[in-house]
Amino acid sequence: MWGRIITLVMKELASLWADGKTRFVLLVPPLVQVIIFANAANYDVKHVPLCVWNEDLGVQSAELIRGFAGSEAFHIVGAVWSERQARTAIEDKQAVAVLHVGQDFSADILAGKTAPVQMLLDARRSNTALLASDYAAQIVALYNARLPGATPPPVVVSVSNLFNPALDSKWFILPGLVVILSLMMTVLVGALSLAREKELGTFEQMLVTPLTAPEIMLGKAIPAVIVGLAEANIVLVASLVLFGLPFAGHVWVLELCLVAFSLAGVGIGLAISAVTETQQQAILGVFVYAAPAIMISGYAAPVENMPKLLQWLSYTDPIRYMMVVARGLFLEDLPGRVVWGQVWPMMLIAAVLLGVATTLVRRAIA
Amino acid sequence: MSGLLARLEGLGYEFADGTTALDGLSAEIRPGVITGVVGPDAAGKTTLLRLLAGLLRPTRGRVEVLGGAPEAAHAATGYMPQRFGLYEDLTVGENLALFADLHNLTGAVRDERVAMLLEFTTLKPFTGRNAGKLSGGMKQKLGLACALLSKPKILLLDEPSVGVDPASRRELWRIVERMMAGGDMGVVWATSYLDEAERCAHVLLLHEGKLLAESAPGAFLAPLAGRVFRLDVAATERRHAVGRAKAQGGVLDALVEGDALRLVMAPGAPVPEAALLGGANLRAAPPRFEDGFVAALLQKAPELAVGELAPEPRRGARAADGPAIEVVGLTRRFGAFVAVDDVSFAIQRGEIFGLLGPNGAGKSTIFRMLCGLLRPSAGLARVAGRDLLRAASQARARLGYMAQKFSLYGELSVRRNLEFFAGAYGLRGAARAAAIARALRNFELESMTGTAAGALPLGVKQRLSLACALLHEPDILFLDEPTSGVDPLTRRAFWTRIGALADAGVTVLVTSHFMDEAEYCDRLAIVNAGQVVVVDTPAALRARVKTADKPEPTLEDAFIALTRREGAP
Repeated sequence: MWGRIITLVMKELASLWADGKTRFVLLVPPLVQVIIFANAANYDVKHVPLCVWNEDLGVQSAELIRGFAGSEAFHIVGAVWSERQARTAIEDKQAVAVLHVGQDFSADILAGKTAPVQMLLDARRSNTALLASDYAAQIVALYNARLPGATPPPVVVSVSNLFNPALDSKWFILPGLVVILSLMMTVLVGALSLAREKELGTFEQMLVTPLTAPEIMLGKAIPAVIVGLAEANIVLVASLVLFGLPFAGHVWVLELCLVAFSLAGVGIGLAISAVTETQQQAILGVFVYAAPAIMISGYAAPVENMPKLLQWLSYTDPIRYMMVVARGLFLEDLPGRVVWGQVWPMMLIAAVLLGVATTLVRRAIA
Repeated sequence: MSGLLARLEGLGYEFADGTTALDGLSAEIRPGVITGVVGPDAAGKTTLLRLLAGLLRPTRGRVEVLGGAPEAAHAATGYMPQRFGLYEDLTVGENLALFADLHNLTGAVRDERVAMLLEFTTLKPFTGRNAGKLSGGMKQKLGLACALLSKPKILLLDEPSVGVDPASRRELWRIVERMMAGGDMGVVWATSYLDEAERCAHVLLLHEGKLLAESAPGAFLAPLAGRVFRLDVAATERRHAVGRAKAQGGVLDALVEGDALRLVMAPGAPVPEAALLGGANLRAAPPRFEDGFVAALLQKAPELAVGELAPEPRRGARAADGPAIEVVGLTRRFGAFVAVDDVSFAIQRGEIFGLLGPNGAGKSTIFRMLCGLLRPSAGLARVAGRDLLRAASQARARLGYMAQKFSLYGELSVRRNLEFFAGAYGLRGAARAAAIARALRNFELESMTGTAAGALPLGVKQRLSLACALLHEPDILFLDEPTSGVDPLTRRAFWTRIGALADAGVTVLVTSHFMDEAEYCDRLAIVNAGQVVVVDTPAALRARVKTADKPEPTLEDAFIALTRREGAP
């Protein structure tokens, strides 16, 4: 039995390597994606374009605006003189925010009264707007503290960002990419492997050999797992070498988890493959699966923010578990208990899907 | 007749990867007649037709259609590609309407043309049926009708008779000949069936991109007059008689034809002696196109002649095991449709057995059940003494299988393909190395072990397929239309090997609708409408349809008569 499986594995790997285009698809896009994702998907908010609408001519307002100008978070792009101009600046995307200082501002401060300032925000970019308003609140708080006669506030929150002290979003994106890329490749290699043989007529040629359905499945699964591991490690090495990410956990723990995860991915790919007849159908199948699976995995937005139904659905999504492991191991030494809590669901998903795919192929044999 | 339809001058076409599809072709195509473009697969037929249709531009030489560039003649060109683009979800009538729209046919002309084509193709009763639900032959007729809608001056047909059973094949010829009557439409008919060449007025014979001959079929056959003979041989002796005949000086070609041996003598060779060849009743036979093709090929490249083969290892004689394949009451239903209906037959060890039938008759369904690719609905199929449903993996280990389409891994090298199939059949270590070395030697593949299988010429691909199927020395060999489309010399070489295997005790099951493949079988089962109509030797089948006006009926005559007589309407 193992001899026949090894024969099939060797053939699959030779097939993948023999085709120049396949070789390109396996090697180049992962590196390109690492570079693009790490630089393009940047959630950090810096240099938010800001317009100033200052109706006050006093020193106090000038001091407040200096506070914004001196902050990393904002970049002053111009001044407006009316509400209409302020709206136009935001509508035309010249500015994300407009700081409005009323004409009584300096007088109110000097009189020791509360002096309101208004912040107009472009909520079409809700994430940026939210962060910009946070930064604005911090700048105003700093301004308040420096006013003569200001009393220190009674309670102060001292924030210390654990695991990612600089709040660098690369530290969040790249571990996720290790997961996503290895999954896409294992699903794709798995889905194409059977579909390709069906399309070319070699599937029947293989079915008339003594190879049994479980042997065919293992022979197809092992090469895809190897490809998935290779992809994950390309991204891992690039993250550590090119982008200087830390890796706090043990690499072998990550690799073992990736094996379980890739098996689940292959299970999905082979199940897609078993119900499709052509490579084109298989590729469509992969995309129909992958887009929602990535969305509910917690890669982009936290699972806890989703409706209950999607949260339940995400329990069947292997990406969800691997995301926890990968992000955890990069930034902290994840406790074994937590790791195991993620590994067994992935193994269960792999077993179920490989079983389903094997049954489907067995039905094709007889 | 005025003018030419098309003129080719030193025409050549090279694919982007550097392979030459056509090389230095010069010929003229005349109106009012059928010009046959005849040759095996990969001879360059499709490329030539695509050049004439203006779909490709020549990389060398010139092609001129109706006195100008082929693109300028589009309106006057009818083109039917190998897989005609019928819309399978539209009905026959809707397909015709769509193609009429595409050709801007309107009004009374349109109605008249559509009505005439429906009548000529006898598709009228099926006007409301979806094109996807038509049989292979009917689809081809509809494709032909769509290509004829615009009343073309030049009609290009790319192998319209591929995958069509003999009866439908004859009908296609009849339709085209009727449409030509009284007009000056010229037809270019590409085909790999050499017998179709004889129906053309003019023939361009292609082989590997080169023009081997250009003439009327009669002129092509004239030099063979008096050189072709038939000789009666005993059924058990016929395969050996071929070898004996080829060993004789002066015999250019010898092949089995039912209960007789067909001999083509070299120019100037004396009339052979019947007794020397182990037969009786030597008589002259009218030369066929294939005789001429083989003679022309051998004159150009004598090294192509089939040589001596390495002896096949004898399979253990286990007569006590009973028949090699035993089928009892085999039935397969797809929903309400009964594809195979209560079929029974037995195939003896060392026999070459053919399943012969029109498309859709159920022969591939029987075949697929026997090699374990499909589960029977009822009945029993025992292969090598084993029930395929119970011991599938072990039973499969004793089978060799060669699919109709090239089904090896094109991107892998010859050696890798052999290694994979050796491994899949459980060969290991020294046994595996020995099996691969033997296959490379016996099938003359040693010089190309590193070549990707997909890049091999067609004939070599076919040798590699057979080599892969035989690595594990199977007792039973399944062949699905193994020599469709290959040139006659490759086909002879292939069947010589199969004959040697049968002599060594291998049981061979062939499915085909090619009569020339059927001739090589010891016994044939004619399958029609899901049932086995008759099982007999090729000679006996012919004898059944012998009449006063057809004293020597061909196997095709027998086939058509038997499937018509006993089959569904």
